[in-house]
Amino acid sequence: MFIFPRRLASTAALVGLVSLGLTACGGTTKDSAQQGADPKASAAAPASADPNAPIKEGLKIAFLPKQINNPYETIVDKAGIEAAKEYKGEAKEVGPSDASASSQVSYINTLIQQRQDAILIAANDANAVCGPLKQAMSKGIKIVAYDSDAAKDCRNLFINQADSEEIGRSQVKMLADMIDSKGEIAILSATANATNQNAWIDFMKDELTKPEYKDMKLVKVAYGDDDDQKSFQETQGLLQAYPDLKGIISPTTVGISAAARYISGSKYKGKITLTGLGTPNQMREFVKDGTVQQFALWNPKDLGYLASYSAAALASGQITGAEGEKFTAGKLGEYTIGKDGEVILGAPFVFKADNIDEFDF
Amino acid sequence: MSAVTAGRSSRGVVDLVFRARELSIVAALAVLVAVTAGVNGNFLSGQGMKDIFLNASILVLLAVGQSVVVITRNIDLSAGSVVGLVAFTTGDFLAADHGRGVVFAVVLGVAIGALCGLVNGLLVSFGRVPALVVTLGTLYVIQGLDHLIAHGRQINAVDLPPALLALGNGTVLGVPYLPVIAVVVMLAVGYYLRSYASGRDFYAIGSSPEAAGLAGIPVRRRVMGAYLFSGALAGLAGVLWLSRFGTVVADAANGWELQVVSAVVVGGVAITGGVGTVYGAALGALLLTTITSALVVLKVNPFWQQAITGALLLLAISVDRLLALRVARVLRRRNARHGS
Repeated sequence: MFIFPRRLASTAALVGLVSLGLTACGGTTKDSAQQGADPKASAAAPASADPNAPIKEGLKIAFLPKQINNPYETIVDKAGIEAAKEYKGEAKEVGPSDASASSQVSYINTLIQQRQDAILIAANDANAVCGPLKQAMSKGIKIVAYDSDAAKDCRNLFINQADSEEIGRSQVKMLADMIDSKGEIAILSATANATNQNAWIDFMKDELTKPEYKDMKLVKVAYGDDDDQKSFQETQGLLQAYPDLKGIISPTTVGISAAARYISGSKYKGKITLTGLGTPNQMREFVKDGTVQQFALWNPKDLGYLASYSAAALASGQITGAEGEKFTAGKLGEYTIGKDGEVILGAPFVFKADNIDEFDF
Repeated sequence: MSAVTAGRSSRGVVDLVFRARELSIVAALAVLVAVTAGVNGNFLSGQGMKDIFLNASILVLLAVGQSVVVITRNIDLSAGSVVGLVAFTTGDFLAADHGRGVVFAVVLGVAIGALCGLVNGLLVSFGRVPALVVTLGTLYVIQGLDHLIAHGRQINAVDLPPALLALGNGTVLGVPYLPVIAVVVMLAVGYYLRSYASGRDFYAIGSSPEAAGLAGIPVRRRVMGAYLFSGALAGLAGVLWLSRFGTVVADAANGWELQVVSAVVVGGVAITGGVGTVYGAALGALLLTTITSALVVLKVNPFWQQAITGALLLLAISVDRLLALRVARVLRRRNARHGS
């Protein structure tokens, strides 16, 4: 009989703990929710672009990454928040702790209620976030997609880290240079339904049909699900199943570091050429120990910086997102909006032993 | 005299049945490896064998810890979160100063894990909150704490002392460290549960907590001990995770709790408690990881992997149920024959 109330009490304590934990993951700030009541009319941007309009001060912009604990997205968002300081805006990062579209939806709804001037989103699913984004646009909030695109009609701009085509083709060229354009190759991707990965892979396949790569054969596209153990096992599987494999392209940061870690401690070190997309910090060990010769990535800081400026330009009415419009992104200079509202950051940068120490991210 | 022999022989029957349970996993594993190696010889090459055991080691450790908890008719869903927390915090600790020793990192990791286990144990045994709810709660709390500490940062291989990285893929007499650690822990726990009176208590509690209490077994203390142990092992697994993968973000081992529970159940530890061995659980872990590797080598569509794991779970539970009914019938018949 005495146990009952005690049990209730500890259950209540537990529920309290759990909700504390959840709030800690959530990262939404209460202050900004209250600021949302501020009836600033900045949302009502003019329908036509005025290239000479100055960037408004005090613009409120929010970064909504795929998930807040992704180190890469943290770098991007921090740079974007820094950029906002340059044009005297208020920027913040909010987002889910899991990379799912459904959790992004609830964040979008909160941001609409807070009346942000612009939302920058790395979409976990091109279509699942579409409804709430359209709702935001109908309230005058500008939407900029970065890193991973949302469907075309649910955003004003997409800041492409590098042209998908450029990435796909350059990865194949980079590997071809290292293996003399000969032998079997494989791709270690993230999840089978990641928008950006699949776009890159399609261009890699297309590049491989060119005559100069006639001796290179793509034998398998494996999916490591951006999970360490799975990426290890997929790499092992590729090396066992295709004993003549010469090279692996892993265009995902989790995949390439897991593959490099596995290869560095196995008998395959020195026999297989690994390249892909990774950050200098995570790959430094493997470039130094000779497991990896070179890999590529755009500069994520520049991506966040450009995305932040483009959102400010949109919210200030300098641009509307139509093809051919131009805007200036601070120190990065002038950018032109391409087809389908895409702005391309630039060509991927190649990291190798002699330049990797110049970078820290 | 006859009562003694009856007791002995019925225990023999029960033993045989459960040893058969473990043998069936070994058989399944043998078939799997044989078929895969038949298709691709590299699967059983030196490197291939090393990979199989390395892949399974961390899951084996977690499964051993989990089975001790499950045997007492409880569950520890926070194991995956503890691995993530420990991997990140010890990584962070070692990255700050390469002079800090690996041994100290292991001790720190085990201590953090044990602390998490202590919280679980207190809430379950003394708070009397159902284990499922408590550990589901701590799963999120620990994960939240991990995210708070990590704050989007990442531990990179270059930040870690070479000695720790060597622990992850180095070998002693040609055998990698990780499987050696896993096997030693498994044998020690298996021996304790089987041969010590206090070890048998765990089974008694799982079979019937009320009866165990009436028989004078310190139920709360044992359950507490099971959680403490499971937490400590998850801590150890966290340090090994760090040493194996080198690169760690906050959501390392996210979702592993379900893999661990699957391994334990496939390995013949009844989710209703009181039945099973850590050997079985370890074999279950080995089987599940090997299936994933085998399917990759056999070039089976990855979408099938999860479905196969699920089917295996259902099969294991069905077999357990049939076995339990069978054993109950055998025991009843024996008791009736020998009379009392």
